[in-house]
Amino acid sequence: MMEQVLITIVLAPLVAAMLAGLFGKRIGRAGSHWVTILGVGLSFVLSAWVLKGLLDGSLSEFNETIYTWGVSDGLAMEVGFLIDRLSAMMMVVVTFVSLMVHVYTIGYMHDDPGYQRFFSYISLFTFSMLMLVMANNFLQLFFGWEAVGLVSYLLIGFWFKKPTAIHANLKAFLVNRVGDFGFLLGIAGVVYFTGSLDYVEVFSRSEDIAAGTISPWGDTTWSAATVVCLLLFVGAMGKSAQVPLHVWLPDSMEGPTPISALIHAATMVTAGIFMVARMSPLFELSVTALSVVLIIGATTAFFMGLLGLVQNDIKRVVAYSTLSQLGYMTVALGVSAYAAGIFHLMTHAFFKALLFLAAGSVIIALHHEQDMRKMGGLRKYMPITYWTSLLGSLALIGFPGFSGFFSKDAIIEAVHASSIPGSDYAYWCVLLGVFVTALYTFRMIFLVFHGEERMTPEVRAHVHECPAVVTGPLILLAIPSVIIGWLTVEAMLFGSFFGGAITVDSTRDVLAEVGGHGTTPAAFLAHGIFGWPVILDILAIVVAWFVYLKRPDIADRAAQRLSGIYRILVNKYYFDDFNEKLLAPGARLLGKGLWRVGDETIIDGMLVNGSARAVGWISSVTRRLQTGYLYHYAFAMIVGLAVMLGWILLGA
Amino acid sequence: MITISHYLTLSGLLFSLSVAGIFINRKNLILLLMCIELMLLAVNFNFVTLSRFLDDPGGQVFVFFILTVAAAESAIGLAILVVLFRSRRSIDVEQLDSLKG
Repeated sequence: MMEQVLITIVLAPLVAAMLAGLFGKRIGRAGSHWVTILGVGLSFVLSAWVLKGLLDGSLSEFNETIYTWGVSDGLAMEVGFLIDRLSAMMMVVVTFVSLMVHVYTIGYMHDDPGYQRFFSYISLFTFSMLMLVMANNFLQLFFGWEAVGLVSYLLIGFWFKKPTAIHANLKAFLVNRVGDFGFLLGIAGVVYFTGSLDYVEVFSRSEDIAAGTISPWGDTTWSAATVVCLLLFVGAMGKSAQVPLHVWLPDSMEGPTPISALIHAATMVTAGIFMVARMSPLFELSVTALSVVLIIGATTAFFMGLLGLVQNDIKRVVAYSTLSQLGYMTVALGVSAYAAGIFHLMTHAFFKALLFLAAGSVIIALHHEQDMRKMGGLRKYMPITYWTSLLGSLALIGFPGFSGFFSKDAIIEAVHASSIPGSDYAYWCVLLGVFVTALYTFRMIFLVFHGEERMTPEVRAHVHECPAVVTGPLILLAIPSVIIGWLTVEAMLFGSFFGGAITVDSTRDVLAEVGGHGTTPAAFLAHGIFGWPVILDILAIVVAWFVYLKRPDIADRAAQRLSGIYRILVNKYYFDDFNEKLLAPGARLLGKGLWRVGDETIIDGMLVNGSARAVGWISSVTRRLQTGYLYHYAFAMIVGLAVMLGWILLGA
Repeated sequence: MITISHYLTLSGLLFSLSVAGIFINRKNLILLLMCIELMLLAVNFNFVTLSRFLDDPGGQVFVFFILTVAAAESAIGLAILVVLFRSRRSIDVEQLDSLKG
């Protein structure tokens, strides 16, 4: 029974994607959106049923192999599902946000010629993401991992006639290859040390990894756990856009807004976070790996947030905010507060999808204008969009009581309680990150919805609230953005919500320490409301109001006064320049050198043509022996005969 | 008294003469064929001598075979020579170096 339900959950979006993709012309535009919405809706209802069953105990955890693809030297390659509360929660989040985005797309892509194709892709994405989160083995995880990457590539380049979109999707694909290379090596390491791909089996043999060592050269020995975890984390860095593999995420905003919300904010980019949380039994083996995770996460959280301050494209502001929030989740993983990371993942999925869809709603209303300098005063034209994005923003900055408050505050407290190397740096990063987050979020709100109307008169005449297919998902996403934290904080962070899915070493159980202040939402609220994060939030809102609404000239003057810093921020810390001017040409130069020297000179020149030339030279010398004169040959025969006779007669 | 060694020495001298003829002669192909004949005769002489002294008629049987084969061979050799001369207008050994590498 459970098995059939799970197969249906996975396959419904796939079947819908095939129907919309292959028969899109025949079933038409309405047919395409109905079939995909029904597919994803079915998945959502069944996922919710599974989660509810797991929570009230009427269903037990499921871990079975559905299909064996192949067995090679004892290594089974299988398709199987591991359904515990962690994966069930992810399934619900993925299918819910996906469903909202499907509905929203009806409005957003209304005039697009690639309507059916778009629905086919996002349904295919839902299938891939479900395969990823439901996997019970590394191979299937990798399949889902690559499949979501592929769909992400297809969707970033959805408007394939736009050169910037093609550049962006290529960039996303290439940067993700770097991460996937590490990820694949990590999986290979896991197989090497445990001989299995199955999660449960690998985790039960985690001592083998803990005891193992790798010696790359000479007497150097590295702990296998550190190496394997770092390699797996490289994969997470690619997918979850952590520094320095973050460069693709801001550019991915070239794609249509619904997929920015679904793939590049709510679900796919959190796959790395989910993966690390799933691998917590492995990551707990290595404090070094956790420290690296922590430092990279903290750097992403703070420095990427700063970039949000100087962006003028509304989608890019939200994109940098996503990077920064992914950094927060990674920080939570680094301090072993996996539950907090997943909790933030969930709340973030709701409010960030909401913010993206709201940004999309503004973009539709202004006829695909994304520059915030040409917006302003939209509050009275678009009340629903305004209020929902205000709620989303309050959740994002962690305003007391909103969902983001619980998750972000838990992470900050957890970092504060942690004592692993790098936790002090991380604490300052996440704390200052709160101020930065609130500042850029309210800069966006004020520039878009308040102040003077900077649109052109023709645009202003046509601005109006979007239709119900757009505002409906906004409202439905705003509800969990506000309340989900209050409802689930106690169970997820301090209760046994995740059960055995997450392993935390008892010496680093920072969430238990955080729970010392009280575990109920009310106690959490009471403790956090006078903490630094809330003070910084309010301060930032006031600063944003003053700088961007009251005295807009201050912002320009500050940009001039701090032109050095401003230039660094506008150029995104020169990461793109580094990649395009140093890394890529360097790699090309290296490849060219190896081709010229290694391939052309050594292999072609010396080994292949060289041996042929050597044969030719030797024969040109030895051919002189062949004179063609009969008496020379006869003489040789006689001499040979004499030698042979002499040898036989005298030698014997 | 003529002993076996006299016969064998004569046979050896004949053989050496023919070998020298093959090596030293660089002008005429007919001379070369003649030297080969002489070489075979030297061998025949050896056979006859040893057949007489060892009292084994088998040696003389070989001589008949060799004479027959030598006759056939010289006939073929001369025929080739004629053909060669027709095609190349020369039977100069120095010029016959088509096998040169």
